[in-house]
Order: sequence, then structure tokens, then C-alpha cells
Amino acid sequence: MKLPDTKEVQTEFKPKILAFCCNWCAYAGADLAGVSRFQMPTNVRVIRVMCSGRVPPELVIRALANGLDGVMILGCHPGECHYSEGNYLTRRRAHVLKRLLSYIGIEPDRFQLRWVSAAEGAKFSAVVKEAADKITALGPNRWGDKR
Amino acid sequence: MAIPRIGVFICHCGTNIGGVVNVPEVVEYAKGLPYVVHAEANIYTCSEEGISAIKKAIKEYDLNRVVVASCTPRTHQPLFRNACADAGLNPYLFEFVNIREHCSWIHMQNRREATEKAKELVKMGVAKARWLEAQEEFESEVYPAAMVIGGGVAGMSAALNLANQGLEVHLVEKEPELGGRLLNLNRLFPINKAPDELVESIVKAVESHSKIKLHMPAVVKAASGYIGNFDVSIDEDGQETSFKVGVIIVATGAQVLKPELYRYGKLANVLTHLDLEQRLKDGELGEFQNVVMINCVGARIPERPYCSRLCCMTAIKNAALMKEINPEAKVYVLHRDLMTYGVEFEEYYRKAKEAGVRFIRYTPSKPPKVVGTKKVKSVKVYDELMDMEVELPCDLLVLATPLIPNDDNEELSRMLKVPIGDGGFFLEAHVKLRPVEFATDGIYVAGTCRWPADIRESVAQGYAAASEAAIPLRQGLVKVEAITATVDPRICKGCGTCVLVCPFDAIELKESKIRGLEGKIVAEVNAALCKGCGLCAAACPNRAIQQRGFTDVQLLSMVNALSGKR
Repeated sequence: MKLPDTKEVQTEFKPKILAFCCNWCAYAGADLAGVSRFQMPTNVRVIRVMCSGRVPPELVIRALANGLDGVMILGCHPGECHYSEGNYLTRRRAHVLKRLLSYIGIEPDRFQLRWVSAAEGAKFSAVVKEAADKITALGPNRWGDKR
Repeated sequence: MAIPRIGVFICHCGTNIGGVVNVPEVVEYAKGLPYVVHAEANIYTCSEEGISAIKKAIKEYDLNRVVVASCTPRTHQPLFRNACADAGLNPYLFEFVNIREHCSWIHMQNRREATEKAKELVKMGVAKARWLEAQEEFESEVYPAAMVIGGGVAGMSAALNLANQGLEVHLVEKEPELGGRLLNLNRLFPINKAPDELVESIVKAVESHSKIKLHMPAVVKAASGYIGNFDVSIDEDGQETSFKVGVIIVATGAQVLKPELYRYGKLANVLTHLDLEQRLKDGELGEFQNVVMINCVGARIPERPYCSRLCCMTAIKNAALMKEINPEAKVYVLHRDLMTYGVEFEEYYRKAKEAGVRFIRYTPSKPPKVVGTKKVKSVKVYDELMDMEVELPCDLLVLATPLIPNDDNEELSRMLKVPIGDGGFFLEAHVKLRPVEFATDGIYVAGTCRWPADIRESVAQGYAAASEAAIPLRQGLVKVEAITATVDPRICKGCGTCVLVCPFDAIELKESKIRGLEGKIVAEVNAALCKGCGLCAAACPNRAIQQRGFTDVQLLSMVNALSGKR
């Protein structure tokens, strides 16, 4: 038997996605996407941090537990971190975080890690679209409801 | 903490934002957010009018937090921070919200959703602003001396420039002789003169300068510290020497690729241009009748995609010289594309053609083939224009190979904590706007360690790096943005995780001197070394370490605002 679900009544599901962007690469790439007028889905909200490695995994989990449908971390390409090695730390954490998410019952794809340089406005726009599509396909984040 | 009184300023940016986002609606929305006591719209918040509006509102509404929703902090944050400071508000009580690059410009077809997004972004900014704290920028003294690593033409130019300004310079060169790559060259393009005179005059000026302390042969063994205050130790001819400098210029040069192509190193009459110049210089070239030169050897290929820029001109130079030495000789240059930019270089190319040098274009898919077992006898090449393979007799084959990064770049990069980019060359802070600085304050870059450059460009970069480096030396004090990490010694357990993750060695475990905690081992941040990345703050298992301006509660409040939780 299918459980009644109020969220499904909505005609079109538009996920709400949070994107942590590092100041030096991804945030600048997002700026460039804007300057270039690359049109994007409206459902991504950016929080600027100085380095992708500033984002503690707990904060990603908190955002998903709060009911956000997806969280992205965007940083400099490996080897190009403004702080030498911050994004390596991010990358290592992301592997563990994905497994932890799956363990606690959140689809790991709700968390997306991407590398975007300051020169890659087009790539920023592309990865945001791709992430939005992936997370849309997962449907609404019901983790909070299940508890 | 006083009760927050937040003022929100929403910029129309002409029609850039206002044409898409319903700004008055966002202003009304902002007025209803917690702790907001004032919200207004500005046509251009960054204009004189907008800035005065901020200052006026700070006074009128007794604001203790300011939020501007407009463009990007990467360009406009200093302006609005200064406006706050002018009105007597600590500049760190300012928060930026980007509703142009990140909203109106990328959602031009969807005004409704763009407006809703702008509201949410403002809500997040206000949520963070509530937790902002006043910060003092750290000032540190600059030790009045510079170190230049590399005694080639770029390094010597930089050293001389600084020394002539009256500043102390330590020049560190790993070879026992100054001059770098120039010492191996036979003659220079486009002036067709031997480099000796040029090298001698610079070397003499460097050696006799009272402000330049030469360390030679010497290599940098260790460097630590930060802008204004670097501790350097070098190995000078087997002896360890240490000194202090305020700034560092990296001008370590590059090396020439020795290819594993066209039987180089196996057949005696296959040389690189550098080998050829050395032989010409030493008078050891001998007779030749048929010369073939191949360009782009080991360059512009998938493994090494860049163009080394200098090789076309070098090949033209040496090809013309071959004709000059032996006008009867047949000289062919096989090239992919000839890069002879600018007036003088194009003229130089034209003259070589007039002198009888023949240029044949080859395609990378059908590269030239070497014929001969003990020596090169001929070179076969598919001529694109004639659409046929031609065979050129050859008793001297010269390969134009690119400059490649020095082997010790990686080590130096780790030591100085400066980045290496694509291809292994050092990476400047900004490709266009900051070409001779590293992102790390107080460290600069010049010459071919950054990218293949000719002498003129290396000298210009040396001067440029010197003039940038002279700024902190002359100012005597540097300010550090107050986004550094700070430890709560009461919560810190002294586990040292932050010490491990810090890329700048800015954190040490020390015995606390704070009353009541005497003797407790806690992490201590050196604010002058801290670059404000926040890695430690994310890694601390006890949340004892926080990054100013990006604290856990500030980030969490933004996340909660977005997800509708408090």
C-alpha cells in the first residue's frame, strides 16, 4: 500500500540545493558564470567559504537533516588549492561522508562534490544543472519525515 | 554582545538587478527579518549616493550590523567595509549578499523565482550578520631585506632593482657562477650579438653592489614564516647559513628538454639548439653542408601541451646563422606553426627567408622521419603544401625542444607553500592582474620558472617583481585580514588535529599561560602565519577552534535560515 504523501501533490518538484563555494575558485567561477549570463536553475543557493576544506561534514548532514534536498561543495581543482592542500582534505572527507550518509539512510547522491576553477564559468553552470537534475531525480528529501 | 540592529541595503544596480528581481518586494521582506531595524533600496549602492546612504543609516538607526545585497564581495567588499569604518562601525560587522552574479544575471527569464531566491539569500545574509563580531586586523613588522632565489637574468634584474632602491638583498644562486641560462647561449635574437657583454655588465653590477649579499653556490634548505618575517636557511658551499628577510622573489629559471625523439642521444649528429649553441660557442661544430631543424619537438603534444614560445625564434636565429657561416649550406626548418609575434620578430623571420633558409610545414600526424643508422643521412618529411613526401639530405639535425620546469620546483613549492600549475611551472596569483605575485603574500615570481620567457620579458618580470616586493619593505608594516583562526583554550584538548591539517604551520601546541589554565597543553594560532582557510576549524573534533568571519554558528545560522529552521 502506498503511503499518502503531501509533497507529491505538488505538480513539479524543484529541489532546494545548498552549495558551499570556496572563495578562490568555485565562487569566482560562479561570478564568471553570472558575468557571462549563463542561465541556470534557480534552486541553488551559494554560501561562500574561504576554502572547501572549511566545511565540516556535520554541517552537510545538518543541512540534509533540516530537509534541504541536496548539498554541494565546490572547490578548486586538485593541485590548485589556494591553500595548497585544503581541497585534498575535502576530497577525503567526501568519501567518508558519502558512506556515512548511506549508513544513516540519506541517498549519498544528495551530496555532490565538484571542482570548478575561477576560469570555468561554463563548468559552474554545467555542474549546477547536472547536480540539480540528479537531485531532482531522487525526489524530495524525506529523511526528516522518516524519523 | 549588544542586541543586533541590522541595516539591509538592496541594490538595483541600475537594471542589472532591478530589471529581474523585484527589489521593493525584497526590501519589504528584509524589514520583517529578525533584528532588521532598517531596509532600503539603492539605485547603485556602490555610488557616492549609496555609500552616503549607508553611513547616514548607521547613524540614524544606530545600526551595529550592515548587510548589502548587490554584486560580489570579490570586487566590492573593501568599498562597503570602508563605508562602515567611516561611519564608526567596525568593518567586520559587514556582510555581503550576492544577488547579481548569483541571481539576477543567471535567472533573467524567471523573475518570480529570482525574486524568491534573492529574498532567501538576503535572509541567509541577515542570519549570518546577527552573529558577526568586531575584529581587529593584525599588523606585523616587515624585516627590511629581500631574498632573490636564482642568479639568472630575471633574478639579477630583480636584485639590482631592489638594491638600487637602497634595500638589502640576499641573492642565492645554486651554480658557482651568475648568469643562468644566458651563459650557454651563443648569440641572442633579434640583436644577433653574443650575450657576453650583456651578462658581464649585469654580473659586474650585481657583484660590486654594496647592498647585495651573494650566496653562491648555495641552495635554499628551509624557509618558514610569513610576509615581513621569513626565516631562511641555506646551504652555501657546504655550510649552513641562516638569515631573515621580509620578502622572497623566486626566479629559479627552467631547463631545456632533452628529447627521446628523432634518435637524440643515439646518433652523433642530432643536437638540441642548446647543444648547437654550446658547440658554436666553443668553436667545436665542424663542417656542415645540409642542416635540418625540427621545431615543436616534445612540445604541443598531449603530454606537454604548451607552446614554449622561444623555440621558433631560436630556430630562425640559428638557421640564419648556419647560412651566415656557410652560405653554400642548405638549411631547412621543419615547423608546425611559426610564432614570430610583433614587428621585430616577423622582420627577423623575413630576413632568414631572404638569406635562403627554407621553411617546410609538417603535420603532427605525419612527423618527420630520420634516415641513417650510425649518423643521420637524411630526413623524410611529408610536405603539406606539395602533398608529397620529400627527402632532405642531412648531416646536422637540430631539434627545437621546449623549456621544461626545473626538477626542484616541487621541493621549493612545498618549502615556500606556493602553488605549481599546469605543466610544473610556478603559478602566479592571477593570470592577468597579478602576474608576478604568488597568492601567498610576500612571495613573488619572475622569469622562466613561471613560464617560458625571453630575456626582455625575464628582465621586465624581474623589475616588476622587485617593485611589488618593495611595497611591503618600504611600508614597514603589513595588515592581515582578520579571518584568521582562534582557539578557545578552555575547550581545546590539545589533540593536535589542527596542527596536522594546517598547510601553513601556523598552529603549535603550547603550554597555556592563561590564568586558571596554566600548564594545559593547547593549540595556539600565530595570526601572522594564518591565511584564514578554516581547515582547522572544520577538523577540530571539539569545535574549540573557530575561523573569524566564518564561525560554526555563522555558517549554521545560514544553513538554518535556508532550510527554515532556527
